[in-house]
Amino acid sequence: MEHVKCECGHVNPHGTAFCESCGKPLEENTEKKLLDMRYEGSARRSQTYNKTIVDKIWAFFSSVKVGVALIVITLIASAIGTIFPQEMYIPPNVSPAEYYADQYGWAGKLYYKLGFNNLYGSWWYMLLIASIGVSLVICSLDRVIPLYRALKKQGVTRHPNFLRRQRLFSTSRVADVDDVFKQVKEKLAQRRYHIREENGNILAEKGRFSRWGPYVNHIGLIIFLIGAMLRFVPGMYVDEVLWIREGETKEIPGTHGKYFLKNEKFIFETYEKGKENEVFNAAIDRVGSGTVAKNYQTNVVLYKRVGPVVAGAEPKLKKIKEYKIRVNEPLKYDHYALYQVDFKQNEPYKMAFQLMDKTSKKSFGTVVIDLHNPKPSYNLGNGYRVELLSYFPDFYFDEDGNPSTKSKVPNNPAFVFKMLTPDKPKGEVSFVAIQQTIEPFGNNKYKMAFAGLETRNVSGLTVRRDFTLWILGVGGAIFMIGVVQGMYWNHRRIWLQRVNGEVWLAAHTNKNWFGLKNEIRRVIEGTGLAMPIDQAEEEKKAAQGGQAHGATK
Amino acid sequence: MAQLSSTLLYIAFILYLIGTFFFGGAIRDKKGKEKKEKDRWAQLGIMTTIIGFVSQLGYFITRWIAAGHAPVSNLFEFTTFFGMMLVAAFIVIYFIYKISILGLFTLPVALLVIAYASMFPREITPLIPALQSDWLHIHVTTAAAGEAILAVSFAAGLIYLVRVVDQSKPSKRTFWLEVVMFCLITTLGFVLVSTSFNLADYEAKFTWVDKNEQKSEVVYNMPALVGPHEGKLVKESADRFEPFVYMPAIINAKKLNTVIWSFIGGTVLYVLLRLVLRKRVAAALQPLVKNVNLDLTDEISYRAVAIGFPVFTLGALIFAMIWAQIAWTRFWGWDPKEVWALITWLFYAAFLHLRLSKGWHGEKSAWLAVIGFAIIMFNLVAVNLVIAGLHSYAGT
Repeated sequence: MEHVKCECGHVNPHGTAFCESCGKPLEENTEKKLLDMRYEGSARRSQTYNKTIVDKIWAFFSSVKVGVALIVITLIASAIGTIFPQEMYIPPNVSPAEYYADQYGWAGKLYYKLGFNNLYGSWWYMLLIASIGVSLVICSLDRVIPLYRALKKQGVTRHPNFLRRQRLFSTSRVADVDDVFKQVKEKLAQRRYHIREENGNILAEKGRFSRWGPYVNHIGLIIFLIGAMLRFVPGMYVDEVLWIREGETKEIPGTHGKYFLKNEKFIFETYEKGKENEVFNAAIDRVGSGTVAKNYQTNVVLYKRVGPVVAGAEPKLKKIKEYKIRVNEPLKYDHYALYQVDFKQNEPYKMAFQLMDKTSKKSFGTVVIDLHNPKPSYNLGNGYRVELLSYFPDFYFDEDGNPSTKSKVPNNPAFVFKMLTPDKPKGEVSFVAIQQTIEPFGNNKYKMAFAGLETRNVSGLTVRRDFTLWILGVGGAIFMIGVVQGMYWNHRRIWLQRVNGEVWLAAHTNKNWFGLKNEIRRVIEGTGLAMPIDQAEEEKKAAQGGQAHGATK
Repeated sequence: MAQLSSTLLYIAFILYLIGTFFFGGAIRDKKGKEKKEKDRWAQLGIMTTIIGFVSQLGYFITRWIAAGHAPVSNLFEFTTFFGMMLVAAFIVIYFIYKISILGLFTLPVALLVIAYASMFPREITPLIPALQSDWLHIHVTTAAAGEAILAVSFAAGLIYLVRVVDQSKPSKRTFWLEVVMFCLITTLGFVLVSTSFNLADYEAKFTWVDKNEQKSEVVYNMPALVGPHEGKLVKESADRFEPFVYMPAIINAKKLNTVIWSFIGGTVLYVLLRLVLRKRVAAALQPLVKNVNLDLTDEISYRAVAIGFPVFTLGALIFAMIWAQIAWTRFWGWDPKEVWALITWLFYAAFLHLRLSKGWHGEKSAWLAVIGFAIIMFNLVAVNLVIAGLHSYAGT
């Protein structure tokens, strides 16, 4: 790698636009009057080397144009994903292909065909995000290293060509240069400028740290993206659903049998007129009393398993805590969080029947069947007994006309009973479902008369453990620090130099020129120094052929 | 308390309106008018604006006390708050740059925003379980503040464009600038049409069949140009206007009807304006801005983005994610509102990169500021009303 030695003696890396130390332009380019100060004229790898394939990839990803293009493509893709709901938001019991076609016609069909129903999880969307990540790393490295070097190496005494080609520049003659410098220095110090002096020249600088803002926020974003990627590492992320009925104690899925949960009670409340603050009356009236949800709550007890796991044996449980899980108030313990997400009210729980003589209506006892755990036989004493031959929790007639069950959930329970009585020792068979009774072997003497239904609520909870959250948090925090650092501060420099008996004043800022100009105006007030001219504005005016641009301040 | 709150909002609205005229006085260019006199107009303008802001703050606080929660829980409340933040952002920026013309453009936008908000149900609503959290205040207020600061960038960008776009002959630039003007006027059209039919107490009840083949009823508050799927006017509305066409079930005909009416209102207003002015609306505004300093306007537009972007990120993404993790079990779920917040963020990220590295200053930057505002408005209006999602409680 060759180096370029400047006349001031400083050795610059190949590709440097102007000397890191004195600022003398190394590549004489007289077309433009003003220096491009963006990266301090430093030698960026992407701008300097373009031979090997690595160089080319590096140059590609370090380009802002490419970065912006990636951002814009991601933006458009994301927007397309909101035209119709994503697959995760459609009802779970329908086939997506049918759903999109049914609901949205040909457009929905096309949407589904193109895979937009799962756009954000598609390989190409992931690839876009990954490319943005790569671009973030490469573009930052490409710029931050040379920029750091250039800012560290910058000298106080600058080459006249550097000063003359700054956007803000003026020359003045003053009577007592030393006195003026002293005054200016004091005022600059008051304004928290960091001042360096060399051969009677001044470099006043403040807010240099804001130059690192963009790179800090890029680091934050990269950490965030890494955190998001870690989600796919097994063990980092648990996402399970737990449906639990009132009174039930269940193992919490995803905890490997370590924790158990008991649902004591599920509560669902709505806003009702008369019970709420009066100011809500108008709103409640408009949508109807009792239609707006007020609270979803599950009162639970959390247990931990103690002792060894013995197959088939009831686990020994130790109570850890009682908690009321509500929306916005998940139960948190040992990195796990349990959220209230769903519920089902009034699920059949226990059904009661009376064994009855059809003609005399005499009852011989009541059978209570736990619909989740029915017993094979119920003894009523005095020689009366009921056997449960078959049980269909979610009864329907299948294609062959046979009774069958859709699921294990007792939505529509049906039973085949065998009633054994002293006078019918062989027993009578009866098929009992809700609102219907079938006697397959002729007319029975006895029947199972419905005697009541007990229901209970079911609570749908989500179980989560996410070890990536803190990484995302750190990434987000670093991003915020970086973006504030870069946006709310700016890097200002003012050069004051003695050149041939004149005082040359030049200034640069990376943003907010308005603020810098105001500051200079205040600093040089009463010193006799000329206010620097904004050469960028002058150029623009000249380009418009002297056409007046209205009043400038 | 609730009554007092409404009154304060009304006062604020009137004061913003008066403030606009004062700022108008401040930039009027009469011969022999002293700088001092102009300054006096500007001072009156900013004073009125500040009093208006304090009054609106009073609305906010009293409504908070009345409801027991921050009034940012439905579309009316959120949009009103957005308008208030817009005024706050303007006041801050005014004291940095002291230019009156910004008031002349920002205040009308704020007025439109608040008027638009008032077209939605204004009752104090009780909170559904998902909203019962302190994060409601934190997330929504920060997000609205961020969006409002970004909207100031739009106002400055608009001034820049009105000033710089050559109106002597029609071009793409004049066309798109007129589109922006037309959109603003259409918002006014929506407000006027809604208010008129509201005052007239117009009501037409339909029975219709929804996409799940269920029969239901819908009440139109504007004459139905487009009716609902298999819609029929019920008996007591038999004398009401019969729709020209009936929509298929997947289209929300009532909302579409409102949109059509707004466009009609907007178009009528726009055409009338053109007839009166005898030139493009932007061309008519041009004399107002002929004295503005373009570089300064450009800088304000950029500065607003520089200040607003971090606030927006914090409120609309970071706080949003924290709350989503607590309320919805996951910090990100690709809900349309979330995605559109991400889109807004990506857009302004692109804006900043183009500006910083590609040197997109001046007019290009001004156009971007306009597009950015369009995205924010899309997220506020269309995503709430058209694309249903988890945030759709805000849309009733």
